[in-house]
This record gives sequence, C-alpha cells and structure tokens, in this order.
Amino acid sequence: MDTHVDERKNELIEYMEKTKKQSHPESCLIAILHKAQQLYGYLSKEVMDEVATTMNIPTAHIWGVATFYHYFNLAPQGAHTIYVCLGTACFVKGAGKVLDAVKEELKISVGETTPDNLFSLRETRCLGACGLAPVIMVDDKMYGELTPKKAVEILRSYKK
Amino acid sequence: MRVTEMITIYINNKPYEVSSGQTIMQAADSVGFRIPRLCYHPKLSIEGACRVCIVEVEGIRNYVASCAYPITPGMKIKTNSRELRQARRDIVELILDNHPQDCHTCERDGICELQRLAYSMGIRHRHFEGERKHYEKDLSSSSVIRDPDKCILCGRCVRICSEIQKVNALRYAHRGFKTVVMPAYDLPFAESVCTACGQCINVCPTAAFVEKNYTQELFDKLQDSALIKVAQIAPSVRAAIGEAFGLGPGRAMEKESAAAMRRLGFDYVFDTQFGADLTIMEEASEFLERIQSNGKLPMITSCSSAWMKCMEQFYPDLIENVSTCKSPMSMTGALTKTFFAEKIKADPARIFSVAIMCCTAKKYEAARPELRVNDLAAVDLVVTTREFAWMVKSAGIDFLHLQGEEFDAPLGLSSGAGTIFGVTGGVMEAAIRTAYELYTGDTLIDIEVEDIRGFAGIKEGKVMMDGREIRVAVAHGLGNACNLLDLVRKEPDRYHFIEIMGCPGGCIGGGGQPYAGSNSIPLDQECLKKRAEALYGLDRDKTIRRSHENPEIQKLYREYLGRPLSPLSHKLLHTHYRPKEPRGIIPQEIKAR
Repeated sequence: MDTHVDERKNELIEYMEKTKKQSHPESCLIAILHKAQQLYGYLSKEVMDEVATTMNIPTAHIWGVATFYHYFNLAPQGAHTIYVCLGTACFVKGAGKVLDAVKEELKISVGETTPDNLFSLRETRCLGACGLAPVIMVDDKMYGELTPKKAVEILRSYKK
Repeated sequence: MRVTEMITIYINNKPYEVSSGQTIMQAADSVGFRIPRLCYHPKLSIEGACRVCIVEVEGIRNYVASCAYPITPGMKIKTNSRELRQARRDIVELILDNHPQDCHTCERDGICELQRLAYSMGIRHRHFEGERKHYEKDLSSSSVIRDPDKCILCGRCVRICSEIQKVNALRYAHRGFKTVVMPAYDLPFAESVCTACGQCINVCPTAAFVEKNYTQELFDKLQDSALIKVAQIAPSVRAAIGEAFGLGPGRAMEKESAAAMRRLGFDYVFDTQFGADLTIMEEASEFLERIQSNGKLPMITSCSSAWMKCMEQFYPDLIENVSTCKSPMSMTGALTKTFFAEKIKADPARIFSVAIMCCTAKKYEAARPELRVNDLAAVDLVVTTREFAWMVKSAGIDFLHLQGEEFDAPLGLSSGAGTIFGVTGGVMEAAIRTAYELYTGDTLIDIEVEDIRGFAGIKEGKVMMDGREIRVAVAHGLGNACNLLDLVRKEPDRYHFIEIMGCPGGCIGGGGQPYAGSNSIPLDQECLKKRAEALYGLDRDKTIRRSHENPEIQKLYREYLGRPLSPLSHKLLHTHYRPKEPRGIIPQEIKAR
C-alpha cells in the first residue's frame, strides 16, 4: 500500500476521533462523509466500513445517508467533473442540447466516468449564473453562453 | 413523576373521558374507535409515514396523523367524515398505485394488511395509473426473501431490525420515488449482517419480506417412494398453528400436529422436544463441568439459530462462552441419520429429514456445513409454521377435526422440560430442573422457576445448589440480548449461566409463526402470552417434567451414546462456532430514518 493512501486514512481517522469528543458524535456522520469524499474523491465500501467501525454506526445507516444525498459519489470520479446545469433558465436556452453534445463527445451518461478517468459527468440544477445561460461548470470553473459546439471545444481543451 | 389525569375530548361530536398524555390514536383506541393505520406498530417508534391514520381536528387546517399527534383537553376530533374518508381512500389508492396488481398469485393473498386496508377503505377501482418501480427479488438468503416491488415503505422492518433486534441490517437507501429498503451497499441479503430471525417478515404488512418457501419441494419429496420421510416439529409450532386455521391464540395442538404430519405423508413423526430433552442433558452436563473445572463462564445457550449468527458477527469475543451443544433441531436430525437409521437398518442417505419450525433462521442453520453428520445434512429441509399450515390446507387435511395421534419412538417422547423450550426462560428452567438434580442428587421441589418466566426483556434468577449460588439471566429478542451481553462484557462474573433467544418472547414469537389475523397485530403481547401459556399448560399436564427422567432419553444413553459429553455425544451433538463477516455494529442510539 502506498503511503499516500495511509496518509488519507490517518487524516480521516484523526477527523473522526475529534468528532467523537463531541456530545453527539453520530450526528457528525454527514460531515465525516464529506471529509472522506474530499480525501478520496468518492465513498468506497472500504471507507464507509472504516467510518462504521470507528464511529460505531451500522453500515446500513451509512449507506442510507450516502445514497440519500446526490453530493456523495459512490464510484471513483474522473480527474475533472463536468456539471451541466439543467436549471430552468439554462434549460430554456438549450441546456438539453448541450448535455447531449457532451454525452456524445465523452460517450458516457450522466453519473458515469470516462474509461480514461479524465471526466465524470453530472447534471445539476441552478448554478446561479442564469444571465450566462446555458452554463456548464468544469471542476470550479464556469463556462457560459454555450452552444453544443462550444461546450465540446471546452472539453477538448482539457484533453491536452 | 408525571400524573396522568382524565380529560374530555370529543370524537365525532360526542364527549369521552380519556387519560391525558396519549396520542389521538391511543385515546381513540381506548374508547372503541379503531382508526385505520398502516405504518404504526405499538412496539416500534412512531414513523408517521403512511398517513393512513389521518383525522380531522377542529382548528387545525390540515389533517393530522393520529399516531403522532397528542390529545389536548377539549380537542374536537373527527375520524370518519366524508372528506376524511375520501382523503384516506386516496392515500391508500396512491400506495396501491405503486404496488403490483398480483394479489391472487401473491404469497400473502388473504392475509395481507394492505389488502385488508384497501377492502375496508371501500376501494373497488384503481383510479391512478402511474410509473411503477421494478427491482429484482433478493433470493440470496437461505431464510428471508426481499421483494422491493411489494414494499410500501412503511418502515416497520427497518424499525424492528434496529429498535427491537438491534441488528440494523436494513435501512432506507436513495430518496423519493427511488427509495428502497435494503441492506448496506445493496449487497445480497446473504452477505449482510442479517441474522435471519425473520422479524421483518412478521411485521411486514405486505409480501415485501417472506420466508424462502420450500413447500413445493417438500410435496415432491413426499411423493418419492425411494425416500424414508422423517419429520420433527418444534414446541412453539403446536402453540401457534391453530391461529393459521382461524382459532384464537393459545390453543395447544400437539397431537393434532402429529396426526397432520402423518397425513401429509411422513413415514416417521418425531418431536423436536425429544431433542430439547437431549440438549438439556448435554447442556446441563457441560455447565456442571464448567462449574467444577473452572471452565469459561458465564455459559450461554446455543439453541437459537438467529442468536448464533448474531453472536458470530456481533459478539465473536464471547464464542468461548457459548455452549458447544447443537440446537434441539440439529440434535434430533443428527440422531435421525445415525441412531435411528441404524435402528431401522436403513441407509442414512435414503432418509429425508424435515423440520417444522417456528423459525426462519432454522433454514439457515440446516444449511450450515459444521452441523453435518457423516457428511450428510442432519436436517435436509425446514418449513415454517406458516408453510406447514399452508401445506396441510393445500393437501386437504381437515386439521381442526383430526383425532390426535402420538409421536413415533424412539425420538418422539418428551418431558415437560422439552416443551417449555419454546418460550423465553424455558431452556433455563429446563436446565435448572436437570442441573440441580444432577449436581445435588436431591429432588428439586419447586420446578416452576417464576423469576425467569414472563416477558421482561432481561430476567435474572438465583438457584442454590448445595450451598453454591448460581446466578442466571435470560434475554429474548436480540436487542435485549445485546443489552445483557454488554453487561456481561463489563461484569464477566455477574452470571454463571445465560439463556438467549433471538426472537421476542422466545421461539413462540419466531419469524415463521402464523401472520396476525384481521383482529390482531403482529407480535401482539397478549397473543405471545397465550402461546406461552399453551406450552406451560402442556408442561403441567405431563407426568414427566424433567429431561433426565424421560425414559427414551435414558434408553438412548444406555444403548447408544453412553453418557452425556461422551466421545460419541461430542461427535454427533456438539459443534464449534467461528467469527463471521461482515462484523455487526451495535450503535448507542441512532434513530432509523
């Protein structure tokens, strides 16, 4: 096992030990899962098992919470995550076509990751940039006033 | 201390005096209004999910869920207005909308709470036609089948599994329309922490949880003339089977059951209670040996299969404390394929050994590799009380008018001690009756041990044996067992001997017992009490009430086993357990969402 993995695990355990000193540690579960996802990029069975044992929370309960919130990834994510906004304004301005073009370009569906692990595709509701509709967000960067063609060009720029 | 006072509330325009501090539903129940309900169960936390129990309260704009809403003095409640009836009917229709329309081919046809509710709402058409979920059935477990298509998300299974059993195998996963009750990681049931106790089946209002059904296979085997068909029946089955034929709870139908087994086509009809007597001989001897040789204490009973799986996953540190005795079912099965086979000079491979059990976990137990004898399964097939009752009906046997018949020798005669195995505290009581006399050589005068009878979650008792104090404890239901064992982990010297049964009430509350009828609820306390009384009654009526006085047991030791804990006893009647994955986790207090 490489040391990087151990470091992440240590950080997660340290984080959990800190929450256990609080009065209702079990109520910190969502925060712990956030931390785990921040460290690993997604929530694996192994990570959830680790949380279960350390926090003394049944795995079924953790699974229930992890599947309830869209934010949590249950599979490894690509290097870049593309969020296609399907909020009302974007949708009216053709976000559906942008999404289709992105799917066509990456040959994956929403929620999936490309085989080269470069991109994960997710849909989202309003990103608060309706003036620029339709928009997509790649990681933390927003791209607005898109056409299907422009969206594809943006993605290709990440491939270089 | 909070004092409850009587207050006046108005239900459907008439005043009623009821105790304060109740919910609307409880208050209405107390004066004879049974508000329709679905997700509510008196032993579980309030979910308020189904909205079937809504009522109208004057001054409140929306209908309220009566299971969750407290009464206040002068409250004016309507339970049956035209608008309310309509709203309630719509709610049930919407539940039905996402439910398969296959009642007539469903296993719970005729004994389904949802069906009964739909009928009582007056639903005669299906008005809504919307999107319907579809999931694969989970057939992986040897005991419990999960069918999410039939699930209406009432959450009773989730709550009983976490609140009463503390196993926490089930939770809601995903959200909204896509919500499904499932084990962690959507793994097959067989790979989860599920103990196979089957309580989810007992409380499920539909057929989202049912036992793995072996009735067709058994009917086929019963036709096979090359096989010697042998059956045994657990004590608790006879205490409950009458309910499956419309009788009230508490009717002991021991000899009728034996007669029905013969009519189904079994060649030999044995009694698991014989195995229970044998278990007591071995277990009491093992206990005395541990006492005398400073062995590992407290010793914990090992009869309950759900408890055994629970122990391996949740309490592997206590494995050495668990008695090495197999369960009465597995002992009877082991002797069927050895002692009995030799006696009738038959090839054990030709014997088809069937157990009729109040239990779903026994299906799992029967399949355990460590319980095989001479490379044969001790028990080839297990059917529950429900399956047995169905087979009797399906075969056209008039159960209620059968003349009683006796069980067959040599594995059919039992003492009263074997009978009370079916109720919480019974194994301990039976063990005390024998251990006391084996240890002291005196006769135990007061053989009914009141301290460990009844339905308290954890019961404690003391027995003086030749001036030596033996402290015992009894827990029923895995949640109570967990509480007791947490105590044992903290105070290992507190007890000498512990009985644990996986189901509430012991085997009489097993996961394979008849479904609650139209006027009762699953796991109703009164029903459990009556089933217990049926077994205590059978015990009282017997001349032989101590396992070691059972003449067939004495003969078995004389002719075959030698003595308790002999090498042959060890080979056939004892086993060992190992820690199992996935490891179970018992949380402090987490409310199931």
